[in-house]
Amino acid sequence: MALDTVTTATQNPDTEQPFAELGLKPDEYARIKTILGRRPTSSELAMYSVMWSEHCSYKSSKIHLKQFGEKAVKSDALLVGIGENAGVVDIGQNYAVTFKIESHNHPSFIEPYQGAATGVGGIVRDILTMGARPIAVMDPLRFGPADAEDTRRVLPGIVAGIGGYGNCLGLPNIGGEIVFDETYAGNPLVNALCVGVMKHEDIKLATAHGTGNLVVLFGAKTGGDGIGGVSVLASETFNAAKPTKRPSVQVGDPFAEKVLIECCLEIFKADLVIGIQDLGGAGLSCATSELASAGSGGMQINLEKVPLRDPSLSPEEILMSESQERMCAIVEPAKIKHFMAICKKWDVTATVIGEVTSGERLHITFNGELIVDVPPRTVAHDGPVYDRPIKKPDYLEKLAKSTFTVPMPTDADEIKAAILKLIASPNIADKSWVTSQYDKYVQGNTVLAQPEDSGLIRIDDKTHLGVAVSTDANARWSYLDPYEGAKLALAESCRNIATTGAKPLAVTNCLNFGSPEDPGVMWQFAETVRGLADAALELDLPITGGNVSFYNQTGDVAILPTPVIGVLGVIQDVRKRTPMGIPSAGLDLYVIGKYNSNLSGSEWAYLHGEIGNLSPVADLVMEKRLVNFLLEGQPIFESAHDVSNGGLAATLVEAVLKNKIGARVDLNDVANALFSETPGRVLVSLKDTATNEIVSLAGKYQIPIYKIGTTGGSDLEINQTVISIDELSKAHTETFPKLFG
Amino acid sequence: MSFRVGVVTFPGSLDDRDAARAIEVAGGTAVPLFHASDDLKEVEAVVLPGGFSYGDYLRCGAIARFAPIMNSIVTAAEHGFPVLGICNGFQVLCESHLLPGALTRNSNLHFLCRDQKLKIENVNTVWTSGFKAGQEIVIPLKNGEGSFQCDDATLNMLENQGRVIARYLDFDPNGSRNLIAGISNERGNVVGLMPHPEHAIEDLTGPSTDGLTFFTSVLQQLVGR
Repeated sequence: MALDTVTTATQNPDTEQPFAELGLKPDEYARIKTILGRRPTSSELAMYSVMWSEHCSYKSSKIHLKQFGEKAVKSDALLVGIGENAGVVDIGQNYAVTFKIESHNHPSFIEPYQGAATGVGGIVRDILTMGARPIAVMDPLRFGPADAEDTRRVLPGIVAGIGGYGNCLGLPNIGGEIVFDETYAGNPLVNALCVGVMKHEDIKLATAHGTGNLVVLFGAKTGGDGIGGVSVLASETFNAAKPTKRPSVQVGDPFAEKVLIECCLEIFKADLVIGIQDLGGAGLSCATSELASAGSGGMQINLEKVPLRDPSLSPEEILMSESQERMCAIVEPAKIKHFMAICKKWDVTATVIGEVTSGERLHITFNGELIVDVPPRTVAHDGPVYDRPIKKPDYLEKLAKSTFTVPMPTDADEIKAAILKLIASPNIADKSWVTSQYDKYVQGNTVLAQPEDSGLIRIDDKTHLGVAVSTDANARWSYLDPYEGAKLALAESCRNIATTGAKPLAVTNCLNFGSPEDPGVMWQFAETVRGLADAALELDLPITGGNVSFYNQTGDVAILPTPVIGVLGVIQDVRKRTPMGIPSAGLDLYVIGKYNSNLSGSEWAYLHGEIGNLSPVADLVMEKRLVNFLLEGQPIFESAHDVSNGGLAATLVEAVLKNKIGARVDLNDVANALFSETPGRVLVSLKDTATNEIVSLAGKYQIPIYKIGTTGGSDLEINQTVISIDELSKAHTETFPKLFG
Repeated sequence: MSFRVGVVTFPGSLDDRDAARAIEVAGGTAVPLFHASDDLKEVEAVVLPGGFSYGDYLRCGAIARFAPIMNSIVTAAEHGFPVLGICNGFQVLCESHLLPGALTRNSNLHFLCRDQKLKIENVNTVWTSGFKAGQEIVIPLKNGEGSFQCDDATLNMLENQGRVIARYLDFDPNGSRNLIAGISNERGNVVGLMPHPEHAIEDLTGPSTDGLTFFTSVLQQLVGR
């Protein structure tokens, strides 16, 4: 095929172009023509189509997401906010921490191992791009029913992919979630979070300025993998009638990424870059247009200089390729020699592919022929914005008016059977089959990891400063009330941070939803964003960034609205962290926080095929007090564990099983007390000598506390029910190996 | 004075900074060594850390053995220079023929990270002299290819010469022959160990502090020289 140059495009204005196949709507195509004053060249069309896809442009969500900025609290801790590759937060002692979650849902369904692996790779590069050393990863995952055949294909591959890539990068995997629900069948959610740390002065931004500065592409060579991955994979619902899209999934090489990390960190240390951007979704199209539009605008790229793995790639394909493990940096000519020497030391291929120019346009040539001539901002930021129709779904009225009942155990034997059933169910069962495939020790700074309430990493081994990270979502509550669901997820994530002894500092999110073209889904989304923005404001926490994944649906069935909320906390002395497990016998057990009986959205209801009717309502005033209570009370807590999925029953069992130390508790209205998932509660253990202190704390923060029992023995005794630790352990740990081998 | 112990960084090494920390905590001075140089920088012992050198492409450790630094290490080791290979480092030592056998894919084919109980079987090597014979320890194990394999003759030789330095206890994590977790060369200066002692040097971040003894052992042996 002849090269489609700017000259050809001007001379042949009526050439038919496959904009629809590339995912562009007719009006979007028309807009490109208006912007350029002519039809786009095929290379320009490729760039606009990937950059204006839902995944890159946030065209359906933008209008709602702006609330995060409008409602945001003014936070001194926020060093870099929404819009950069990842937000950056000041944690004191001149350290800055950056963290972010992204989805890699669709590729992981098609090709579980590579999809999940490259999800880790992409988020790690986002963190690296900020100038930070990546220090930990976490992976919130959602799957269809645990015993479904497709789950047995998808889950082991995804877990192996996350482990295979993350382990090879030397990043401890410190947490995450694994949740099963029918709606995720065919739409597994693979969200990947990464945390990185740097000194304040090392923060890097994605910008290209300074005429004559060089554009350097470095890392892996460009191949044909992932071409169109962004627009084709992330913007279309699966449809069995269409041909296989397998080749669109990127293939990862964690070794290449590991040397790229070390190479970049050495380059940063020598202060050799003006700006830097990783190549992820939309590859070079994204990197060049974003770098240029964040600077003065002018850039000249010589596309034939891009080193290729596959020499047959056309310019359009080079622009769209999502080959992994690549970075693009802006380097002053005086520093290029030093830059290249460091790349050579790490055996990283680096090539000058262009320079920053004085104009305001991005020019891309291929062997001297001009094939792209665009204002970069129109590609990177001025994509279409949709105010999509919104309608509250009908199911909510029906559910709200419905009554639901689930069988509750009554006598001691039934309670025992119920507890064993609950803790063996896939959502509550021990996840070490998964987490043991992840390296949690590497880097030597992991203080807490799964199944603890939050992952906790030491930042400085002299001052003992550390950070905690937790991710949470209760999609069933979000289904019943997306506004409350988002608030509750943020509250839970904060609570998990405070439970381990850290102070919540900043919020990130990954919003996973069905098709935005469905007004009901769009309503769920709008309500979620409103809830999250309101909750962050009320809890005084800045939202530092986020990610939206739409089109998680098969046919008419959308996934449960799944806003995964990540919270970052800081702990001044990691040695003082509070673990979840009961550490010794002879301690008193308390539940902190108000309880009321409501089984809606609970695991116990789910086990009986019920979702309930009304979501709990988030009491953020109380949650805020609880966080402060936990932080002030931290010195007296021997252990602390959040009460969430599976209610107090699951919390007690997990606290007992961690160190195999039993407990004896007495509960009123025992079945409801065990299985209700009333939010805003934490189970703590403390010495009886600390009784006065906890009572006075309860008074100070006006939080109800309940002494429910004591620790010790080799059983969990609840009223008349006695279950041995061995029985609990067997029920809790057998499920995953049985399901997945 | 404190002894200089080198830690080699290959492209893809991951636990190099952890090994350096362990050396420092044990009282030594950790000296970074780079794969592309054959300069041992006057260190008196060396640790080959865990990781995925060269991506573990081809075979674990198979490319690392050709690194310039390995020429110096192999020559020195043949003259009694102490070398500890942990995980990927163990694989490199086998590929370099400083130790016999090979490490293959775990029997259940999964990467496995767990706190592993071990029994120390040989306290006569420079890296294990601080342990008591038969001492039981718990240190992290984390690998995908940790199954120690060799032919019967080699196995008999290792057992008869007491060169199995540590064995897995209570749980078989990977299908290693005779539950072998680590071995030494005949002279006892070269030790390969699959689990990670450098991740068990402080209670805060490891399951125990049992791993520290590997590093204090070699430092004490250097004093004795």
